[in-house]
Amino acid sequence: MGKAPTPFGTALKYEKKNLKIVGGNPNMRSDAIDKVTGRARYAADINLPGQLIGKVLRSKHAHARLISIDTSAAEKLPGVKAVVTREDFPDMPILHAASGELMINFRDVTRGMMAREKVLYDGHPIAAVAATSESIAKAALKLIKVEYEVLPHVIDVEAAMKPDAPLLHENQITIGVQPPPTKPSNIAAVLTSKLGDIEEGFKKADVIIEREFRTQATHQGYIEPQASIANYTDGGVTEVWTATQGHFVMRSQIAKLLNMDVSKVKVTPTELGGGFGGKNNVYLEPLAVKLSQKARRPVKMVMTRDEVFRATGPTSGTHIKIKMGATKDGKLVAGHALLNYQAGCFPGSSLPLCAVTVFTRYDLENVLVIGNDVVCNRPKVAAYRAPGAPMVAFGVETVVDEIAEKLGIDPIEFRLKNAAKEGTQTHFGPKLGPIGYIETLKAAQAHRHMKAPLGPNQGRGIATAFWFTIGMETSATLNINEDGTASLIYGTVDVTGGGRAALSMIVAEELGVPHDRVRAVPSDTSSLGFNFMTAGSRGTAAGSMAAVKCARDAITRMIDVAAKKWNVKPDQVVWEDGHARPAGANVGDFKPLSVADIAREAAWYGGTIAGHAEINVVGQGPGFGTHICDVEVDPATGAVKVLRYTIVQDAGKAVYPEFVRGQWHGAAAQGIGMALNEEYIYNKEGRLTNPGFLDYRVPVASDLPKLNAEIVEVPNPLHPYGVRGVGEVPIIPPIAAIANAIYNATGVRIREQPMSPPRVLKALQGAVGKIAAE
Amino acid sequence: MARKYHVNAVINGDAVDFLCEPQQTLLDVLRDELELTGTKEGCSTGDCGACSIMVNGVLVCSCLMLGVEAQGATIDTVEGMAHGEDLHVLQRKFIEHVALQCGICTPGLLIASRNLLERNNNPTEEEVRLFLAGNLCRCTGYNNVVDAVMAAAKEIRGA
Repeated sequence: MGKAPTPFGTALKYEKKNLKIVGGNPNMRSDAIDKVTGRARYAADINLPGQLIGKVLRSKHAHARLISIDTSAAEKLPGVKAVVTREDFPDMPILHAASGELMINFRDVTRGMMAREKVLYDGHPIAAVAATSESIAKAALKLIKVEYEVLPHVIDVEAAMKPDAPLLHENQITIGVQPPPTKPSNIAAVLTSKLGDIEEGFKKADVIIEREFRTQATHQGYIEPQASIANYTDGGVTEVWTATQGHFVMRSQIAKLLNMDVSKVKVTPTELGGGFGGKNNVYLEPLAVKLSQKARRPVKMVMTRDEVFRATGPTSGTHIKIKMGATKDGKLVAGHALLNYQAGCFPGSSLPLCAVTVFTRYDLENVLVIGNDVVCNRPKVAAYRAPGAPMVAFGVETVVDEIAEKLGIDPIEFRLKNAAKEGTQTHFGPKLGPIGYIETLKAAQAHRHMKAPLGPNQGRGIATAFWFTIGMETSATLNINEDGTASLIYGTVDVTGGGRAALSMIVAEELGVPHDRVRAVPSDTSSLGFNFMTAGSRGTAAGSMAAVKCARDAITRMIDVAAKKWNVKPDQVVWEDGHARPAGANVGDFKPLSVADIAREAAWYGGTIAGHAEINVVGQGPGFGTHICDVEVDPATGAVKVLRYTIVQDAGKAVYPEFVRGQWHGAAAQGIGMALNEEYIYNKEGRLTNPGFLDYRVPVASDLPKLNAEIVEVPNPLHPYGVRGVGEVPIIPPIAAIANAIYNATGVRIREQPMSPPRVLKALQGAVGKIAAE
Repeated sequence: MARKYHVNAVINGDAVDFLCEPQQTLLDVLRDELELTGTKEGCSTGDCGACSIMVNGVLVCSCLMLGVEAQGATIDTVEGMAHGEDLHVLQRKFIEHVALQCGICTPGLLIASRNLLERNNNPTEEEVRLFLAGNLCRCTGYNNVVDAVMAAAKEIRGA
């Protein structure tokens, strides 16, 4: 989420009009051919002449003081050209900045990329080596001698909150408590969010349900490991190619961490092999730059899968309590939540976003949320698609389901009775504008999925979601080329491959030309003004706001050329169907000028035509969704099979509908994986025991059923095409939808994620035991 | 420095030879020595399928084979799938069905899917899902991948 929206931002009002390109499915995406032929260039595919290979030495201890690091033997190994440790990086003061949906603190970022006083998790970088081959670099790592003072560690959030827990940061005093505590603790911050009067609310309730939930850390699981290549040249000019969701943010972080001028750092984002929030942060980039600076040669660094799991951003594991009350006629009157979130080894989980949105789907007058941001000996959490929200929804949507059942009301009817709508007061601040939550519930209710018959051990669950779309800095340039084609240089990294298609479709629609006349071209950091990263569902939503402004700017310039050529005033020229035309018969009898006609003569009439946008986008519309899930539970093994799955979501306007559905399928699949299998498992020594795809099991094709995706469109009033962000909402409901479906199938409520076979079996056997005892 | 071995192979129809260290995987050789970077590395432990290639007609994870083991082998990678401008039917169907997003798993999925359709050009959806269970994709939820493979099978059958 980063910073609050600025009052000086840009939002263009929704315009209802007939669309020729937007809302259709293009027969060709500009990224697709290179991806199917193997020619697309990802970061690990780039090689520079004379490059060295960089590798990282990582801690095997969860928590230890670094007494000494001796790199002398490694430096002497033939083929080793540079070694870096904490000594090579300046210490940083406390300095907060937005990085995707989470905030970062440079004091911690520099310690995260290279340990200083202590190592704080299994996988924490201690040194990095650049050598002429990978095998030499690996051999050099083994020659580095590290002296540790091993300290007691703490992995789980509830254990880390105890007063006698081992402290990660000896001087950390909890923020957000008055008066401030006198003793340090692992609780970095306490956050509260309030609406109305929680006690009065519960007094009105006839039914109150309070439940406790536990969830494990999960990983984004992008298939492309982090990779970066840096080339530091004389004069301090540095080029970096990296797998990132935000090249401008990377540039500013690299410059800050290495004390360089922003103007001397150029970052080129490569084709991205999946990110989902996990590629919002620097990991390898500053190390590669520093190694390149010391070695005076380009340095390429690629993580192994083991490193990706051990040392890049998992999501928070959580401990959550949800208490909700409703009147007997089915009106929710109070919602109380306690959220304990793992932040990893430094403060800064997604709690600031989650604490203020726990109940945002419901028209609820009395809310109290208390959240604890807790450090523990794990890698610092990173954003993961609606970071932290699936766990909250697991709690709330399960409790809502229980209340509905207790009151004998259908779960969708119950949600409709309490649904947030335009004008509903949120507990994050503003009242909601026009939203499509009710529309998604009604579409789900009417969906054929709801009529599918269920057999023995089968059940159906539903769950719903809300998430933000963010705006932020967005810059783009539209060049009208000399042959009349148009090139949109965009700066929001296309994390999925659909983004650049959507942006070029919108520009083609604006210009009134066929889609194949417009090409969206990714920028490096030297070709545009600053862009915030692709996070918070902003890629197409915010990127297209800039694209529309660019197109309209270019049209103004093209009208100007026509006016000069015809010797009339610009307001006597209109732009229609891809041509400049006289505004009326009285202007004169001029042949309409196409983009190509104007481009040909632009030089004479003043110069090359381009349109620009350098804006801070605001007015982004939030997204809502409803999911339906059918499962079958095997009572003998506890295995849960998803039989049918339906995603309904308000897209505002789906620019490229097939792609929107594709993104929703993927998000739901990630949510299903989170619900049923995925979890970080640490051993007693605080080491991650499953840092590979064999033991950290993401869904495979045979695990999943056909996924239905239904698009609802309630236009965002503050976007010219009504677009809302679409990428994050659909990962939120699956855990809850599956838990509700398991209950429907078995009569047993599971309140721990993942609902893996051993946990489900234990819960089923517990229930059997209870019945037998009764 | 480790001694390097001289290896001859036929890759995508071309006779090639290369030098490699004994511990280098065939995947390392393809990507780092021969600059055939279309084959991707996702895990290096045979769990993700992004490095799927054909070796002497057998579908393998190239991260699980050593470069020196490729002596005399016939190897096919994603770079050999299209003929000039003519994409393989699977490549076309993947694009048409939006079966790729970030694209990092796509080369592996294409190679595995082609192998499936060479064995069975009339698979059920379940057979497609089981055959592709060794190829991880984190973007698509496999929905459109399965649709694309079924559509390609239909075209191959001329149905």
